[in-house]
Amino acid sequence: MVIYGVYIVSKSGGLIFNHDHNIPKVETEKVFSFPIDLTLEYDPKKVSVAFGQKDGINVGHILTSINGVAVNGNTTEEGNDVKELIENEGNYPLTLKFSRPKMTTNEKIFLASMFYPLFAIASQLSPEPKSSGIEVLEADTFKLHCFQTLTGVKFMTVAETTQTGMDVFLRKIYELYSDYVLKNPFYSLEMPIRCELFDANLQGLLEQIEKTGITNI
Amino acid sequence: MARQSSRLESKKVNSELLTLTYGALVSQMLRDFENLEEVNKQLERIGYNMGVRLIEDFLSRTNSGRCLDMRETADKIQQAFKMYLNVQPTISNWAAATDEFSLIFDVNPLTEFVELPADVSNLRYSGILCGCIRGALEMVQLEVQCQFVQDQLKGDASTEIRVKFIRRLQDATPAGVLIITSFVDVHLLISRSVLLCLTLLANTYAAIIAQI
Repeated sequence: MVIYGVYIVSKSGGLIFNHDHNIPKVETEKVFSFPIDLTLEYDPKKVSVAFGQKDGINVGHILTSINGVAVNGNTTEEGNDVKELIENEGNYPLTLKFSRPKMTTNEKIFLASMFYPLFAIASQLSPEPKSSGIEVLEADTFKLHCFQTLTGVKFMTVAETTQTGMDVFLRKIYELYSDYVLKNPFYSLEMPIRCELFDANLQGLLEQIEKTGITNI
Repeated sequence: MARQSSRLESKKVNSELLTLTYGALVSQMLRDFENLEEVNKQLERIGYNMGVRLIEDFLSRTNSGRCLDMRETADKIQQAFKMYLNVQPTISNWAAATDEFSLIFDVNPLTEFVELPADVSNLRYSGILCGCIRGALEMVQLEVQCQFVQDQLKGDASTEIRVKFIRRLQDATPAGVLIITSFVDVHLLISRSVLLCLTLLANTYAAIIAQI
């Protein structure tokens, strides 16, 4: 029973709020000998696995540390170039740690605005007139719940598939939004939500659900 | 949740504080603008800005669905007045086409202690209410015209707000929305923004005093 994240999309389709709650960390550390049996892609921003999957290291995972030294972009924290380190036989054996890349804010904004047209298309799929858009989207590892208000604001949560009572939770977030965001005279409509009170109350709500279950909110 | 308890406490806020605050706001605006029409316009605009925010509060509290005709809308507006101002206007004077109705107030909490001086007889003192109705309905894709036709302040027997349906804002209707609704308010917002202003003022004075 885990809620992974909460997102709010404005009327015009922009992401105005996101909160990562409980992102599972996928990290694998392994000792490699020369030559390394993974094909790596060296990008100025990140070093990622391009081909070859093994022992939990998947394509797309990024290199986060070498011999316990953190990697930023394509250099280590000590200032050495990652490519040189890995391609030099003398440095081996090397302990490399790979992890699942975290979504950046830009990617989240991009995905949220992609959801908007999907929602609109979904509402036209049924021959039944005036259908609603996507309310639940189910995948093997998560379930996305979406609640659209009459004014067109969308509240979304991504949660484990077994998590129940998300409709109640979404309504609760709507209440928090109308209280702590809209009643804040310094918040301008349609703009990203930066209200500490809202953050704090949402956090409180999430903690309460974890402690006492969704039925008690 | 914390919110419910704060909701209960807000009921205890003295309504006179609201009345006084609103009075101070209007009279200050009269002094600042020196032009009645401008004050009327600004009051309506303040109301509008409150309406577009308050509608979400109303919807999240009442769970209402979309109104399919003006009668439902009128009911929701009435409910909202009850909820936010604790007054229950009567709905009457329906136009034959049921696209226009009146909200009649026996008491208007905003004007409890107000006597309008003769030189500002064109002031729409409670214009903020009309703005609120218009703003809130616009967010649920209903364009309406809203104005005072009678006002106890001006010697009429009752206070009457006329609401007229103009059109559905089809373009603004979000995809996959089943239903439209209505409405509005005042007092929480006013009292909160006034408190903020007061805090800001206090801070400014403190800063000035510190400099002296």
